[in-house]
Amino acid sequence: MAISLTVNRRKRTIETAPDKPLLWVLREDLDLPGTKFGCGAGLCGACTVLLDGEAVRSCQTPIADAAGKQIVTIEDVATLPVGKKLVAAWIDLDVPQCGYCQAGQIMSATALLTHTPRPGSDDIDAAMSGNICRCATYLRIRKAIRQAAGLNTTERAA
Amino acid sequence: MSGTTILDRRSFLAASLAGGAALTFEANLAIAQTVSGAVEPVMLNAFIRIGADNRVTIGAKNPEIGQGVKTMLPMLIAEELDVAWEQVHIEQTDADDKVYGLQVAGGSNATPNNWLPMRQAGAAARQMLVSAAAKTWGVDAASLSTEAGKVLHKASGRSIAYADLAQDAASVPVPDLAAVSLKSPDTFRIIGQSVRGVDTPKIVSGVPLYGIDTRLPGMLYAALLKCPIAGGTLAGFDDAAVRKLPGILAVVPVSGGLVPKGKNDALAIVADSWWTAHKARDQLVATWDSAAQSGFSTDSYAQQAAALLGAAPASDLYKAGDIDAALAGAAKTVTADYSYPFLAHATLEPQNCTALWTADGRLEFWAPTQNPGAGRKEVAAMLGIAPEAMTIHMTRVGGGFGRRLMNDYMVLAAQVAKAVPGRPVKLLFDRTDDLRNDYYRPAGWHRLTAGLDAKGAIVALKDHFVTFGADGKPIRAAEMSANEFPGPVVPAVHYGMSLLTTNLATGWLRAPTSNAMAFVFQGFLDEVAEAAGLDLPELMRRTLGTPRDLPAEKNRPAFNTGRARGVIDAVCKLAGWTGKPSTTKANGKGSGRGFGFYFSHRGYFAEVVDITIGDDATIKVDKVWVAGDVGSQIINPLNAEQQMQGAAIDGIAQALVWQPIVQQAGAVTQENFHDFPLLRIDAVPREVAMVWVRTDYPPTGLGEPALPPVIPAIGNAIRAVTGKRLRSLPFQLG
Repeated sequence: MAISLTVNRRKRTIETAPDKPLLWVLREDLDLPGTKFGCGAGLCGACTVLLDGEAVRSCQTPIADAAGKQIVTIEDVATLPVGKKLVAAWIDLDVPQCGYCQAGQIMSATALLTHTPRPGSDDIDAAMSGNICRCATYLRIRKAIRQAAGLNTTERAA
Repeated sequence: MSGTTILDRRSFLAASLAGGAALTFEANLAIAQTVSGAVEPVMLNAFIRIGADNRVTIGAKNPEIGQGVKTMLPMLIAEELDVAWEQVHIEQTDADDKVYGLQVAGGSNATPNNWLPMRQAGAAARQMLVSAAAKTWGVDAASLSTEAGKVLHKASGRSIAYADLAQDAASVPVPDLAAVSLKSPDTFRIIGQSVRGVDTPKIVSGVPLYGIDTRLPGMLYAALLKCPIAGGTLAGFDDAAVRKLPGILAVVPVSGGLVPKGKNDALAIVADSWWTAHKARDQLVATWDSAAQSGFSTDSYAQQAAALLGAAPASDLYKAGDIDAALAGAAKTVTADYSYPFLAHATLEPQNCTALWTADGRLEFWAPTQNPGAGRKEVAAMLGIAPEAMTIHMTRVGGGFGRRLMNDYMVLAAQVAKAVPGRPVKLLFDRTDDLRNDYYRPAGWHRLTAGLDAKGAIVALKDHFVTFGADGKPIRAAEMSANEFPGPVVPAVHYGMSLLTTNLATGWLRAPTSNAMAFVFQGFLDEVAEAAGLDLPELMRRTLGTPRDLPAEKNRPAFNTGRARGVIDAVCKLAGWTGKPSTTKANGKGSGRGFGFYFSHRGYFAEVVDITIGDDATIKVDKVWVAGDVGSQIINPLNAEQQMQGAAIDGIAQALVWQPIVQQAGAVTQENFHDFPLLRIDAVPREVAMVWVRTDYPPTGLGEPALPPVIPAIGNAIRAVTGKRLRSLPFQLG
């Protein structure tokens, strides 16, 4: 069936099965491979995108559920003011190691700072706990979020 | 690997005009180096391209799995070539060991193996550019210097860009690499500077880089239905329903890749979309023959191991002195059993590979592999195709951790590609495929006994190691070093070994063997220290003794006791270790600290952790202190810190978060991250503090050696807080 949605500010219409996950529509049909496949079960966060401003796991979002919605992916996140600051902080602190999870991390962080512009340490951990980084770049993820939020980036153990 | 083979020392440099005005230097430089330990001979082709705009393109030859080599190896070339980092453009090379030498991401070997050859390649090119300038100006080469991609003649104030010399330089004979002059470290401008990862801007903007991102015209996709039991074979299948589905092109029986050869059958479903192929799997009917493998299980391994531990070891690993007499004469003895489970690698990018079987019978790969050369050989053996008939493009790799040293996905993708010639096909495992078709870190069991004399010195040490093997030898990554510390410094030692069999394929997991042995031996030595009335750092100091190299196995780096002592002292100073763990405890709750040391992959690391035990018996690491010695030079401090932090936190995951791989009736039972949980941000300490200890040794790698010590440090901290000694992984209270 034909499904229309807005992806990265562009109206797109896709002829597809309604149960095809948004993740695979992005990767296969719309040539937006920045959103990553990690687990296919909503457990790792690598596929996180913004759907009407909320962070969702695109592997668990049938394309039919995205019909008529506004999707933002990593390819366009820097056009959002919060996304721009996060991407800049991610580059400045050189957050990635293998880098595979980082698109999902940045999308979750974008949702966090959009709703909570000055998050505390626990807020950051809570908002980011759905995103796995197998290389364990977590210390820099925390720091980059604080930097993008204009908070003190020095964190010390109590 | 041979450490000393000297290849043909003749070197030559061929120059050709390529890509318009860009000049290509192809230095085919057969060289070798001898460094203590297993350093293979390297034949490299330093690929330096100087553009007309004086931009310098440097080839990065090793697979990038997040360890930072795509940035670090070109830094070495750029330093000696004497260009500004801003001029440098980095390209990932293809896999071709005849041109580039060994291309492997493993063993933390990239730094020790390439520290000299990459610099020599840069220095040779620089020397040729200087020769060309000397000829152009009619001056003595010795009167010239270089800086930021220019040759300078200070006496006359003249300067000339490399771009303007490149063509002449290409006809200068290649200097003897062993004789090229290298910079003195105090003049380094790039080495020692913090340089961000070259791909970082692309990663954070979603640019396709990884194997899974490969997209080619006419590309097809393949999903797998694998035999659920490792080693099983395909008995029959019915694909009638699947073939009727829209988008499905073929169902292809494939085989191999795990162990043993020719088994591990699977069916590949080929479609115009991976999601379509994967969904169709539910309707594919297959029957498997796996009767021979169905008896293997986690429970049976544990039962067999317990029985073996009660008997004498089947073979000896190391014997010194009279162990029975030494134990009989000991003032005190300590005995304990330690064990650890099978583990998966769980790279976040599932295993995948894209392959194209061309009309002329060649194979082209886009492979996220840590070990493309081995993949080439494996595909050649499996498909009967000449190794030279393959082109392997190395993609960025979404996590390695040793999983991608194995190339099952290449072997499988090649077979699928052969069935759809002329169409590139991307084979992708789903998460369950990935967890159930791993080359697992093998489980192991140890029964240790130590004897102490009246002064608390270790005079006897016994370990019976039960591991997995075949034909009397441990299988991959299931071995133990005969020189496992403190064996070499104890007068009476018996390390023995007994073997179990498994149908699972085993493999190297980041800091292989060390991630287990550090836990076992540093945990046990903490018990010994307690019996001796010492803390572990002090027991280690006394046991290490005077600075010296301990005996090493052939082609293995020697353990230097002075370097070990150096990091132990450094971490104690950094963490303010007082000799007595500062523990506040009440009813098994509270906070405390523990210590661990390990030497692996040529790196010396000592670590201290502070932990808190919560009301519900949760174990949280609050802070980690790390002291590391990887030689004289930290090449890229930013990346070095990243590797150190990542490895230490990865060790926390193994100690506290990862659950054992469970096998029932031959099959691995785990499905996804709900039953093979990975470490999440809320389990990460607030701080990882560190210090580098510089010693006068060539620089070595950082992908692995910071991982092992954190595991026993956590176990030792749990003992300090709770009084409980946990001797199996993961650590769980209550």
